[in-house]
Amino acid sequence: MEENRRLVKVPTMAEMAANGEEPEVLFWVGCAGAFDDRYKRVTRAFVQILEHVGVKYAVLGTEESCTGDPAKRAGNEFLFQMQALTNIEVLNAYNVKKIVTACPHCFNTIKNEYPDLGGNYEVIHHSTFLQQLINEGKVKVQGGEAFKGKRITFHDSCYLGRANDIYEAPRDVLAALDADLVEMKRSRANGLCCGAGGAQMFKEPEPGKKDINIERTEEALATLGAGNGVIATACPFCMVMMNDGVKNKEQEESVKVFDIAELIAQAEGLSK
Amino acid sequence: MIGIENIIFLIVAAVGIGLFVWQIRKIRKNILLGRDTDLADNPSERINKTLLVAFGQQKMFKRMLPAVLHLFVYVGFIVINIEVLEILIDGIFGTHRVLGFVGPLYSGLMAINEILAALVIIACVMFLWRRNVTKVPRLATGVEMRAWPKMDANVILITEIVLMLALFVFNIADLKRVLLAGEEVVGAYPISQFFVDAFGNDPDQLYVIAKVGWWFHILGILAFMNYLPSSKHFHIIMAFPNVYYSKLLPKGKFTTNPAITHEIKAMLDPSYQPPAPEVDAEGNPVVQRFGAKDVEDLTWKQLMDAYTCTECGRCTSVCPANITGKLLSPRKIIMDTRDRMEEKGEHPAIFAPNHYKEMGVERVQTTEQKELLRGYITPEELWACTTCNACVESCPVNIDQLSTIMDLRRFLVLEESAAPASLNAMFTNIENNGAPWAFPASDRFNWAEDLYVPSKN
Repeated sequence: MEENRRLVKVPTMAEMAANGEEPEVLFWVGCAGAFDDRYKRVTRAFVQILEHVGVKYAVLGTEESCTGDPAKRAGNEFLFQMQALTNIEVLNAYNVKKIVTACPHCFNTIKNEYPDLGGNYEVIHHSTFLQQLINEGKVKVQGGEAFKGKRITFHDSCYLGRANDIYEAPRDVLAALDADLVEMKRSRANGLCCGAGGAQMFKEPEPGKKDINIERTEEALATLGAGNGVIATACPFCMVMMNDGVKNKEQEESVKVFDIAELIAQAEGLSK
Repeated sequence: MIGIENIIFLIVAAVGIGLFVWQIRKIRKNILLGRDTDLADNPSERINKTLLVAFGQQKMFKRMLPAVLHLFVYVGFIVINIEVLEILIDGIFGTHRVLGFVGPLYSGLMAINEILAALVIIACVMFLWRRNVTKVPRLATGVEMRAWPKMDANVILITEIVLMLALFVFNIADLKRVLLAGEEVVGAYPISQFFVDAFGNDPDQLYVIAKVGWWFHILGILAFMNYLPSSKHFHIIMAFPNVYYSKLLPKGKFTTNPAITHEIKAMLDPSYQPPAPEVDAEGNPVVQRFGAKDVEDLTWKQLMDAYTCTECGRCTSVCPANITGKLLSPRKIIMDTRDRMEEKGEHPAIFAPNHYKEMGVERVQTTEQKELLRGYITPEELWACTTCNACVESCPVNIDQLSTIMDLRRFLVLEESAAPASLNAMFTNIENNGAPWAFPASDRFNWAEDLYVPSKN
């Protein structure tokens, strides 16, 4: 077993700069990707894919800091701009041109809100990045038949979907899996939020009848029907909320929540 | 043949139109209470959007049944206005069906008119049914759907039915009179022809009935026009400019405040020279308020949104917070903005609705403050928003509910430091650790440890 795998040394921008090199793309990990135990697995799966296809990438490592998205959505424009201006200084110092991230919130913020503050980069979400790798044949998904007949429903992230009109890329990625893709009634532009956006992730919900993630999980479970199924997400907050929802409904044995990068890494035989 | 009747008509029409213009000026003044924002860019893209969303009703068709019914009323409104034009000319100059000279075209137009008028009646009856009998939830429920908005909707629908009926009365009586007199029939009347005997055979009586129908129709239209500025029905005018000036950028891009940028740049770099502060007409520096606590802190576009809202509730019906029982209702945010604007600025002639000051048991605990924030919209509503943009996406007339919610939130945080405690904790974490959670920044790269990939070959 040991001979068949190699240890990955994730390259940082600092090391690359020291060697006078520049990566093709900077992988912006995001706070959830760096600290959330569940979402770290997504970060690792995505790096496995990057390593597997041989993309010249780098990360900022400990030099990365929150984009400021949660502060901005919570109304703290001051803290947001503080974070943004500091990050832009770092990114510009490394002459970063292209950024990929698995977090729709980081994606939206860097792509749409950093330009006004002097940060101009080509920013793509990992769903689009994976879609391109599949289209170019760099990711072949030869293990895709393992998903044959498995029911997968994709939960749209608001900051990927409505905020940036990216609906097809994650679905195209999932379509490569040979799975049984089923749509929830509220999907694409009509998708229902998981309940975590707008800094809700970091506070208790206001009084109401129900938590939003429960409403959404019920819809996902009804769509998947009885038996095993997968709720696919493309956002760290959606993943937390859907996972909590599935646990609340005591369905965690039969229904799993995966990020699209994890599913591709599995199908590609990169991780279990 | 201009007689006394024509002079009376001319006076009535002039008063009606004058009153309408006077009200429009008040509304314009209210909208201009808002902060300036430059939305003159990309005219061709804006025109396209207006054609699709406003003229083409694109977003209405997310819900088929109301879209089709609404289309009847919308097309009916536009086409029947051609007959209204004729009525105006006939009224002023004492002519009879003056556009009749275009012959077959006129017949076609009148025929389409009658069919549309019938469809308008059917649609309005069905709309009344949906509101009052089946009580479609988004139309019948919600804290903001109090007595006035509900009555307003019914007034509009009943008025439209009555106006169409008056048109039929005129057409039927006029047709019968012409037939009895053996004159040539100008135009075609596919519906009225079945009812020609409805009003008897007395030519004098028919003449009077036709006149009454005619006067009722035109007076009704003038009255209805003057009702518009007090009503949600004002959307028939505002939908077009509102869609034209709606956001062209990705919905996820929120506004950036440049004053804050200068402040931070000066903090980070002492040598940074921020531009001179804005001054007012007397040369005093303009005090910049961060976020919005009242209507004048919003932009004119955000205020225009309020005058465009037709209270259909699509936004509220797709709002995740509202669906799960939270207080937030995007429709209420917009209706509150209009009410507050009319409390603070001018109000249209007929009503000063002040919808929400009516008595009622509800959970929205506003204060007596004469401000949009707290006096109308409470922090509890604002904090329930997930910024998911479902409301913005759903709005058939491109209202941006989220931008108003965000500006009010910003005021709470930036001017009052009144964020919920857990959010303040999150802010502190970002400041100290560069992450919204309390993890040390030095652990940020730990995820990369012990990571393997299969080696090739």
